Amino acid sequence: MRLDLSHIQRWIDPGSRVLDLGCGDGVFLESLRDQRQVRGTGLEIDQGYITAAIARGINVVEQNMDESLANFPDHSFDTVVLALALQAVNYPDRVLEEMLRIGREGIVTFPNFGHWRCRLMLGIGGHMPISKLMPYAWYNTPNIHFCTVKDFEELCQEKGIRILARDVVGNTRPTPLLSNKWPNLFATTAIYRITR
Amino acid sequence: MNIPEHKNSVGIVTPQTARFDEPLKLVCGRELPNYELVYETYGTLNKQHSNAVLICHALSGSHHAAGFHEPEDKKAGWWDECIGPGKPIDTDRFFVVSLNNLGGCHGSTGPSSINPATGKTWGPDFPPMRTTDWVHSQARLADVLEIDCWAAVIGGSLGGMQAMRWSLEFPDRIQHCIVIAAALKLSAQNLAFNEVARQAIESDPAFVGGCYKDSNTIPAQGLALARMIGHITYLSDDAMANKFGRDLRSGSLSRGETADAEFQVQSYLRHQGSQFSSNFDANTYILMTRALDYFDLALEHDGNAVKAFKQSQSSFFVVSFSSDWRFSPQRSREIVNALIEADRPVSYAEIEANEGHDAFLLPIPRYLDVFRAYMLRVGAND
Repeated sequence: MRLDLSHIQRWIDPGSRVLDLGCGDGVFLESLRDQRQVRGTGLEIDQGYITAAIARGINVVEQNMDESLANFPDHSFDTVVLALALQAVNYPDRVLEEMLRIGREGIVTFPNFGHWRCRLMLGIGGHMPISKLMPYAWYNTPNIHFCTVKDFEELCQEKGIRILARDVVGNTRPTPLLSNKWPNLFATTAIYRITR
Repeated sequence: MNIPEHKNSVGIVTPQTARFDEPLKLVCGRELPNYELVYETYGTLNKQHSNAVLICHALSGSHHAAGFHEPEDKKAGWWDECIGPGKPIDTDRFFVVSLNNLGGCHGSTGPSSINPATGKTWGPDFPPMRTTDWVHSQARLADVLEIDCWAAVIGGSLGGMQAMRWSLEFPDRIQHCIVIAAALKLSAQNLAFNEVARQAIESDPAFVGGCYKDSNTIPAQGLALARMIGHITYLSDDAMANKFGRDLRSGSLSRGETADAEFQVQSYLRHQGSQFSSNFDANTYILMTRALDYFDLALEHDGNAVKAFKQSQSSFFVVSFSSDWRFSPQRSREIVNALIEADRPVSYAEIEANEGHDAFLLPIPRYLDVFRAYMLRVGAND
């Protein structure tokens, strides 16, 4: 399983209800179901992923979260997850607000554009960064709203969103000292647990 | 008995008939003193009787959903694309039951049957049917087959409405409810199309107020016209453009041409209409369109579909097709949203397809893939 996903499992209570926005092939919800008896629902727009997730026994609704999430009632889930999708939506701020309307808590993971390699590639190399997490060229990337750890935390503050916990995935494992101390510089993926 | 040119077919199937002598109380207040249901089964019922799947048919469907009646049959059952070994409704895994609904004209008791009270055909006096009546008659068939709980009830269009009704009428007798190209209720536009179809039949002089059997006439013209109207609404503009365009079958549009030209689409529709009118009963058509019209899942739940679905205990799989304007994706999303609000497990796929409402009968790869994927969980715990 992707590192950011294995990191956030522990923030999800056993037996709780989880909505996974952009659930991919459903492997995360499957693991939550099998390990933590979670009742999950996934949202997805990719046809292949939808079929794969359905084949796993996951409940998936074909729906574009960018268009609307209004069909999900207030507080109908314990946790709403948005994993590595914040940067690909048209209205990240609206999606965040919707997450915390639908769920008691939200979990967001995103590639940190403030990582030193990104800075090097842009600042010294003069090119838009390309990495394992962000393998696309600038003209055909689904990622349209990059942000940094700092940017995200500022947005949360603006919106009155409380950050319950922050975690990072860095290149400095197994001792993630640097990325914990200076996440904006050393986190490749930033992970947040948020609430109202 | 092998039919080599049709791979993955259930092969030759023989319809069976179940007779019920216990009266069936109908929603309309009347009751059927006794009745027969004709049905087919495909696959084998397992020891625990836990792998049974019910197929509900649409407006013009029948019990003959898969396979062939005779080796020389050219056409397989109406849902042969989805039912068979290795197909989404895999007859290697499931015991599939498909019946002709009450009021039908393919062998089950209906307007062309004899009314025991008069000794004459029922004709227009046959009681009106609601999906609820069908579901209750299907439950009695399940009793006869010793099926306590369906692994899944599956239907497209009007069949999907019956599947949803099952989840409310017998919540503990259905594990999975699969609703394809359906709606919580008909729109005004849909009601209007059905009314035009009925008018076409009723205004045929050979209809004789529905008593055509007594007068030895057949309202073939009216029935054909009704079918032609219906057929147009089951296809999409694109599907018709692709299939026929403005191609001519005969004549020409050149200057100086006095004879009428005939477009391909004209002759296709006429063919469809006349085929249909020789195989279908006019009173049944009227009865089926009324059952569609009257269907409103939430009617008895204060018009609130969320409240209605709270009665259900099954898991749902909802499918729609992008070019279906008779039961558009929006109608399916209403079902899905009500299920989400009712906190019921639901999966939903919106299939990109050009074929309109008829897409649910066709071998569209993504449709078959996702349908097959969902069926993996059906009966998986047994």
